[in-house]
Amino acid sequence: MSRIKALLIAAIVLLLGRGRPRRERSEARIVPPGTPDPRAETLVLVLFAAVAVCGIAFIVVYAIDGIGHQTQLLGLALGLAFALLAVAFIVIARRLVVTEELAEPYPAEHPNEVETIEEILDESESRFTRRRLVKLAGTGALGTLGLAALTPALSLGPALDTDALTKTPWRRGRRLVDDSGKPIAATSIEAEAFYTAYPEGADRELIGSPIVVVRIGPGDEGVVAYSKICTHAGCAIALYRKPTFPDTQPGPALVCPCHYSSFDPADNGKVIFGPAGRALPRLPLEVDVDGNLRAAGNFSGPVGPSWSGVRQREARS
Amino acid sequence: MKRLLFILVLLFLAPARAAEPPQGVVANVAQGKSLYAANCSRCHGSRGEGLRDQGPSLKDVGALSGDFYVRTGYMPLDDPHAQPWRTRVLFSEQEIRSLVAFVATIGHGPAIPTPHWRSASVPAGKKLFTDRCAGCHQIAIAGGVLPGARIPSLNQATPRQIAEAVRIGPYLMPKFSRRAITPTQLNDIVAYVQYAKQPDDRGGWAIGHLGPWPEGMVTWLLAASALVATCIVIGRRQKRT
Amino acid sequence: MIRRIVRFVDQRAGAAPFVRKALRYVFPDHWSFLLGEVALYCFILLVATGIYLTLFFEDSRSQTIYHGSYKPLQGEPMSRAYESVLHLSLDVKAGLLIRQTHHWAANVFLAAIVLHVLRVFFTGAFRKPRDLTYLVGLAMLFTAFVEGYLGYSLVDDLLSGMGLAIGYSVALSVPVIGANLGLLLWGGPFPGSPSFFPRMYIAHVLILPLIITALLTLHLVLVASRHHTQFRESPKTTEKQVVGVPTYPGQAPRSLGLMFAVFAVLFLLGGLVQINPIWLWGPYHVGEATNGAQPDWYLGWLIGALRLVPAFDLTVGGYTLVPNPFWGGALFPVVILLVLALWPWAERKVTGDDGLHNLLERPRDNAWRTSLGAAFLTWIFLGFMSGSADRVTVWLGLDYAAQIWAYRVLVWVLPVVVFFVVRRACRELVAWERLKSE
Repeated sequence: MSRIKALLIAAIVLLLGRGRPRRERSEARIVPPGTPDPRAETLVLVLFAAVAVCGIAFIVVYAIDGIGHQTQLLGLALGLAFALLAVAFIVIARRLVVTEELAEPYPAEHPNEVETIEEILDESESRFTRRRLVKLAGTGALGTLGLAALTPALSLGPALDTDALTKTPWRRGRRLVDDSGKPIAATSIEAEAFYTAYPEGADRELIGSPIVVVRIGPGDEGVVAYSKICTHAGCAIALYRKPTFPDTQPGPALVCPCHYSSFDPADNGKVIFGPAGRALPRLPLEVDVDGNLRAAGNFSGPVGPSWSGVRQREARS
Repeated sequence: MKRLLFILVLLFLAPARAAEPPQGVVANVAQGKSLYAANCSRCHGSRGEGLRDQGPSLKDVGALSGDFYVRTGYMPLDDPHAQPWRTRVLFSEQEIRSLVAFVATIGHGPAIPTPHWRSASVPAGKKLFTDRCAGCHQIAIAGGVLPGARIPSLNQATPRQIAEAVRIGPYLMPKFSRRAITPTQLNDIVAYVQYAKQPDDRGGWAIGHLGPWPEGMVTWLLAASALVATCIVIGRRQKRT
Repeated sequence: MIRRIVRFVDQRAGAAPFVRKALRYVFPDHWSFLLGEVALYCFILLVATGIYLTLFFEDSRSQTIYHGSYKPLQGEPMSRAYESVLHLSLDVKAGLLIRQTHHWAANVFLAAIVLHVLRVFFTGAFRKPRDLTYLVGLAMLFTAFVEGYLGYSLVDDLLSGMGLAIGYSVALSVPVIGANLGLLLWGGPFPGSPSFFPRMYIAHVLILPLIITALLTLHLVLVASRHHTQFRESPKTTEKQVVGVPTYPGQAPRSLGLMFAVFAVLFLLGGLVQINPIWLWGPYHVGEATNGAQPDWYLGWLIGALRLVPAFDLTVGGYTLVPNPFWGGALFPVVILLVLALWPWAERKVTGDDGLHNLLERPRDNAWRTSLGAAFLTWIFLGFMSGSADRVTVWLGLDYAAQIWAYRVLVWVLPVVVFFVVRRACRELVAWERLKSE
C-alpha cells in the first residue's frame, strides 16, 4: 500500500515539474528574457483544458448512437477544439514568448564555386577527342530510349482508332424503348411533350444511346428524334422549351443545361443559340407493323462533342 | 387585450390558409364572368377566344388551368410579353372559385386534379423527375434558367399546383398528358417534389441545394475571409525586444 | 530531457548545426506572408482526411442496384463508386464529416493558393532569385486544379459526371490530336473503359499528391534557402539583410496557431455547412442532366469561357481543325499559365532589370505591374462572372442571352479600362504620399 502511495506521489511530483535542477548558464543569453505573464499562462491552461473537453465531447458524441445531428456535433467538437488550440497558441505567441527582432544576411551568390564546378567538369573531359559528337550521340541514345519508354502509354486507350468515336448502338430496325424498357408507339408521342428513348437491348451508358423524341407535326412523319448528347461538350440535352403561346414567347428548342446550346427540332437540330458548333445528329425513324417506333438507320452524323474527323465520318453501327 | 389576441391568432392562421383552399365557399359563375371581364378579357378576349399577340385562347383549358394560373398569381399578367411569375394573389377565395368556375365553362376542359401523393413512391418519383423535370427545375427543385426564361423553384408549389402544371405546361414548360405521364407517375413525381422541399440535409446548412456555386461563395466569404482575418491578427506587429 | 533527444539526433544524424540554424531562422513580419502557410495546412488536412476516404472508396464504374439506407434512391442503378461514397456519407459514423471536411479543404486550398499568388505577384516577390520558386508554385497551382477536378469527379454523381463529359469534350477539341488524346485518357469513347475510374483514382490519391508533395518540398526548400522577401520598413531592412522574428520561440507558436485555426475553420465547415450532398443529386447517367450544374469554384473561369465563345467549329474544308470547346476550355487556361509563367522573364526583358531582389515593392510602387496585373486578373475574373450569368438571371431577371453578349464585349473592354484606372490610382497614391511627407 505504501509503495503505491510512494509511486503516486512520485508521479505527481514529476508532473508538477520538479525536474532536475538547471545547470549553470553562461551570462550572455541567446534568447532575451521576458517578463512573466501568469494571467496569460492561466488562460492558456484553461484553453488547453477546454480543448480536452471538446476532444472528449467528440468521442462521446461518436460513441452514443442516440445523439442526432452527428455530423454537426462532431464537426463542432473538433472545430472548436482546434479553434481553442489556435487561440491558446496565439496567446502564447503574443504574451508568453519574447518577440525578438533579428537580422540575418541574405545569401549571396557563389561565383567562385560556380567557376570551380565548371572547371571540374571541363577538366574531366580531357580524354575525349570528339566531345560534341559523343554528346550528340548520347543524347540521341537516351532520347530514343525515352521515347521507347513512353510508347506503352499508347496502350492506355485505342488512341489510334478514332473510328471508335463514330460507333453507335443504333441500326436500321432497332426498336426504341422508354425508361422502363417498353416500346414506344408513334401515336403516343404528343406535341408539347418530350421523351427520352434508348435502343432496345443496348447499353444505355454509351453516348450513342440516349435520344430525345419530340413531335413537330401531325402523323408519323411529325415525330423526330435526335441524339440527346450535346454536340458542344457532351452533356445530356434535358430541356425542352415549348411555347404555350408562340405569339409572345420564344420558339421551341431542345436546350442543353451546361452552356445553354439550343437546337431547333423542326429544322434538323440546327443550333439557334449557345456555343455548339454542330447541329444535333438526327436519328431517322420509321413505324413498324405494331405502330411502334424503330430507327430507320443510324444518326445523320457522329454523336457527341466535335473532334477533327467529325464532319468527314458517318455514324456507324 | 382579447381583441389583440384574436388578431394575433388570425395572423398565425392566415398563412396556413394559403396552403389548401378552405371548404364551404361557393363559386358564383356570374361573378366569375364579371371578374373575367375586368381582369382577363383585355388579353384573352371577351369570350376567351384569345387575341393575337396578347393572350391565348382559353377554350377547353378547364378548371385545372384556371385554378393553377389564378392561385399562383401567374395571372392576371400586366405585360403579355413578360414571363408569368408567382405573385401575391389579390383575389379572395370566393372570387378565385368563381373565376375558375367561369373559365371552366369556356369549352370542356379538365377538372381540378387531386394528386394522391402521400402513398406514392419517392424513389420512382425521383427517377421520373430526373428524366423529365430536372433539366429545367434542377435536381433539388431549386429552379434555374434557360435562354428566354427563368425557371421557378418548386418550393412554393402545392401538390395540386404541381399536378396542374404538368398537365398545362405553362409558359415555356412542356405539357405532359395522362399518356405521357400517367396518374401514378404524377403521384410519384409529386411525392418526390414534396420530399425535396425538405430533403435529408444531414450535412448541415444546405445553402440552397445548388451545389458548387454557393459552396464557392462560402469558401470565399466565410472561410477565406476568416482565415485572412486570422493571418492579420497573428501577423500583427508587436513590440520588439 | 530535451538535451537527451537533441544529442540522440545529433549523434545519429549530425543534425545539431542544422537544427540550431533552423531555430533562429528569421521570418520577416507581415500578415500577407502567412497566406502560403494557409495553403500548406489545407494540403496537410487534405492528405490526412484523404487517406481516411481511400479506406472506404471503391474506384469502379461498374453498375449495381442500390438497396441501402437512403430511401429515395432505392432500386436505382448506380456505379459502385457512387454507392461507396453514399455509404460512407450516410451509414458510416463521422464519414460525412471527414468527406465534407476534405471537400471544403480542397476549395479553401485553392482559394489560399490564389491569394498567395496574388500577394507574390503584386509585391514582385517572383523576381530573381525567386523566379524558380514562383514557377514551382505555379506548377503546384495548376496541378491542384486537376487534382481537385479528379477528386470530385471520382464520386460519379450527376453533377460531376456532367463535368467529366465536358472534360472529355475539351480533350477532343485539341486540334489534330484531340480525338487520340480523349481516347487515350478515357480508354475509349466516353464514358470510357472500365479502367478509367481506377486510373482517375490512382492519379488522385497517388500520382498527383506525390507530384504536389515533391513540388511543395522544392518550393519550401527554395524559400528557406533564399530567405523570405521583406518590405522596406526600416533602415535595417535592406537588399542584403533580412530582419524579422526567429523561428523559435517567436514564429513557431504563430505558425502552429495558424495551422490550428485552418483546421478549425475546415472542420467547422465540414460539420456545419453541407457540401456536395450527392444523395440529392443522384448517380450519373449519360442520358441525364440537371439545370444549374457548375464545376467547383476554382474551375468557374472555365465554364464562363466555354459559355462565352460564339457558336463555331473552325473547319478547313471538311476537316474540323478547332472544335468549339478548345478556346474556352484549353486555350484560355494555357494562355493564362503561359502569361503567369513568362511574367518574371518578360519583366526582366522590358525593364532591363536583371538584378537580385530581396525587397518587396508595394503594389502602388510599381504602377505598370500592378495595373497590367489587375487588367489580366479582370480578364480572368470576367470568366467567373459570365459563368455565373445564369444565377444573375434567376435573381435579378436579367435576360441570359443579353448578359452573354454584354460579357463578350466586356471581356475585352473592361481589362483596358481597369488598366488605366489602376495605373492612375497607383500614381495618385504615390504622389499623395510624397506630398504628405513634405
